[in-house]
Amino acid sequence: MELLTNQVLAGIATGAIYACMALAVVMIYQAIDHLNFAQGEMAMFSTFISWQLMQWGLPYWVAFLLTLAFSFAGGIAIERLLFKPLAKAPILTNVAGFIALFAIINSCAGLIWDFTIKQYPTPFGSAPFLGSQLISTHQAGMIGVTVLLLIALYVFFRYTRIGLAMRAAASVPESARLVGINTSWMIALGWGMAAAIGSIAGMLIAPVVFLEPNMMGGVLIYGFAAAVLGGLTSPFGAVIGGFLVGIIENLAGTYIPGVGNELKLPIALALIITVLVVKPAGLFGRPIVKRV
Amino acid sequence: MSAVQEVTAVPALEAVPRRAMTLGAGTSLIVLALLIAFPLFVKNFIIFQMTMLLVYGLAVLALNILTGGSGQFSLGQSAFYAVGAYTSAILMEHAGMNYALTLPVAGLVCFVFGFLFGQPALRLSGVYLALATFALATAMPQLLKLGYFEHWTGGVQGLVVTKPDAPEMVQSVLSWVHLKMSQDMWLYYFTLLITMAIYIFSVNLLRSRSGRAFMAIRDNEIAASAMGINVALYKTLAFGVSAGITGVAGGLGAIAVQFVAPDGYTITLAISLFLGMVVGGVGWLPGSIVGSAFIIFVPNIAEGISKGLSGAVFGVILFLVIFLVPHGARQVAMVAQHLLDRLKRR
Amino acid sequence: MTALLNIKALNAFYGQVQALHGLEFTLDEGSVTTLLGANGAGKTTTLRAICNMVRTTGAIEFDGAPLTSRSTENIVRLGIAHVPQGRGTFTTMTVEENLQLGAITRSKSGVASDIERMYAHFPVLKQRHTQQAGTLSGGEQQMLAVARALMLRPRLMLLDEPSFGLAPLIVRDLFKILGKINREDKVTILVVEQNAQLALEIADRAYVIETGRIVMSGKANEIADNEDVRRSYLGY
Repeated sequence: MELLTNQVLAGIATGAIYACMALAVVMIYQAIDHLNFAQGEMAMFSTFISWQLMQWGLPYWVAFLLTLAFSFAGGIAIERLLFKPLAKAPILTNVAGFIALFAIINSCAGLIWDFTIKQYPTPFGSAPFLGSQLISTHQAGMIGVTVLLLIALYVFFRYTRIGLAMRAAASVPESARLVGINTSWMIALGWGMAAAIGSIAGMLIAPVVFLEPNMMGGVLIYGFAAAVLGGLTSPFGAVIGGFLVGIIENLAGTYIPGVGNELKLPIALALIITVLVVKPAGLFGRPIVKRV
Repeated sequence: MSAVQEVTAVPALEAVPRRAMTLGAGTSLIVLALLIAFPLFVKNFIIFQMTMLLVYGLAVLALNILTGGSGQFSLGQSAFYAVGAYTSAILMEHAGMNYALTLPVAGLVCFVFGFLFGQPALRLSGVYLALATFALATAMPQLLKLGYFEHWTGGVQGLVVTKPDAPEMVQSVLSWVHLKMSQDMWLYYFTLLITMAIYIFSVNLLRSRSGRAFMAIRDNEIAASAMGINVALYKTLAFGVSAGITGVAGGLGAIAVQFVAPDGYTITLAISLFLGMVVGGVGWLPGSIVGSAFIIFVPNIAEGISKGLSGAVFGVILFLVIFLVPHGARQVAMVAQHLLDRLKRR
Repeated sequence: MTALLNIKALNAFYGQVQALHGLEFTLDEGSVTTLLGANGAGKTTTLRAICNMVRTTGAIEFDGAPLTSRSTENIVRLGIAHVPQGRGTFTTMTVEENLQLGAITRSKSGVASDIERMYAHFPVLKQRHTQQAGTLSGGEQQMLAVARALMLRPRLMLLDEPSFGLAPLIVRDLFKILGKINREDKVTILVVEQNAQLALEIADRAYVIETGRIVMSGKANEIADNEDVRRSYLGY
């Protein structure tokens, strides 16, 4: 029983990483109705930028805020330059675009900062949290920031006019235009916000997984899985999904025989998919009933 | 509370009209003639690359049937490719089976595997199916490395596969005209034969009732089932056929490369095949070979341009291609056709 | 009476196919006009052309301002509300959110009181104001679509087959409300309809369109008495 509790708690701790990434994934999904495979790489690149700023002597929070601003602008720029031209192209072509973006960012990061692992500082310190052996202050800080982000997003979408406009633009673009919303700029805004959230995720994750160009590979998949599990339309679901994925991953590794580190990912995904077969819209997603 | 939305949304995959599924007869013959003639003029290594071109072309073709034909998205083709490859390798090295006979077996095994995978996949679509197939693709290399199977699979090291010689009959016929056929050349023609057979089969499949059922499902699943199409059967059939063809491709690949190992069949392969499908033109069967050429040659070109930034160069080239021809090679062919028609009218 | 909307030599295209051929008509401010025609005549295309949702050549002027070079959302911001075919409701959002969206381009002042006015026009919307719009019946969604359009405080309202798929009694009520809105809020209305009878009852002017061309125009009651119209569109 002790082992179970420990693994669950450890799962929640790692799950915070996935929850944060999942928020970025849901953000972009709200904006453009599909998943951007380059999301992780963008987050990684932003994290490197913040690291570089700190190398040049800037204090942590200054670097953090500058990176946030840069990521927001960068997300908008990427959308305007690379994906607006593809707006009328088929979805699968856009997916190819995401893959191309992934390759470009990953390669550039490798060239600029090389592939050696770097240490990344945390503003929360790494002492045991409240004396617990399982959660460090950093991990607690991660969970805290993720929850704050979640609340901020919830307020943004539910209670602000621009949040409402974004939801409308993603939901029925033609009708959104008919109420005067510039749907094209809503998409750009969505990209900017997703990039900013992704950068926060990266900067929180880096102290744990260490900074290197391939750091986000596994995290992104788990982030997707978490977002899908939680329901792609629900930021709350994304966060819960993240924690659940962390727990499932840990429990699978501990309790299912023969599952070493390598099979954790497919097993976790398989379990998530089983949930989806039962609840196709995810745990907290709104089921879409198709009227013929 | 559920949200109700009317099904007037544009389908995610655009319909490819039946007629546009293939090349015209004339163009096909020219391409075929080129494919038959060229090995006589080039070195063995180039012939080997062309064999791999056909092999990956088959795999992309299989994906085209699945995605372009029945509208099911798959990032898991590398898993079927791997199973086909290993089936051939194991049968050849552990059971001493003739290489040619291993291919139908590989195809059948993968067909069953794909058909079975198609069952749980029935309830998933779009991004959810993508995740499920992604899981399959990432699981496969790990499963192949498992100690449990090591005796058969060779574990992390994999298996070495013996390259076949051209058959006695062919050798003796050629010796009358003082020609010798290298292993690479024989393998190329063998692969070409199989590729043609599968291509013709696929074209006919998509033109048949089953093909129309696939496309009906792709365009509007609800309407299709309302018309009496057994959606579950056809969707799993599409997975099965696609997996089977990919398995045959995998087997051919294993024989050509002379070796199978778990890390040769990672998610990168699945992503490459996906890119091949998009560049060739989703659902356009002849485009499969263009897509295959893209995924084989462009990474090499990218590395040639800049070793350190090879990934970035590849990405840039890919972007250029999709900006210029968002619908892939099919778009180029349609434009060419259009121009030819206008010239003919003059 | 001044012409609020002026359409001259309008051609519209879907790809290579031409759907409107040299269309010409005007809408007087404060009037109710109906555009009648059979399926495929080009009625919907006309409305879409006004909102620049389809490729066009020719001139469309709204209160003197040319529309053909503006994007759809900018045209809407000039004060033109379009209730499309199929209603275009935001099905995943609540009734109240749909109404808020109608006013999203306006400043915040007056929006809350306008929502109350919509609930007064359409009490059933008030009952369901926290429900998801997609769960409403066809008639209720149509009312929601009209209410949403009114939230813009438009000068011109375009309605595309508002009676489609609705029970006759509901359609009667809807058209009564449209008449009321035209008189009280001074909203110019252009309604495209296959249900000629009802449309001609509330309209001041009528145009008949056939294969992309205007074939008849005049006062609504004159058109209603016209033999050919009666035979082709009114069934008697």
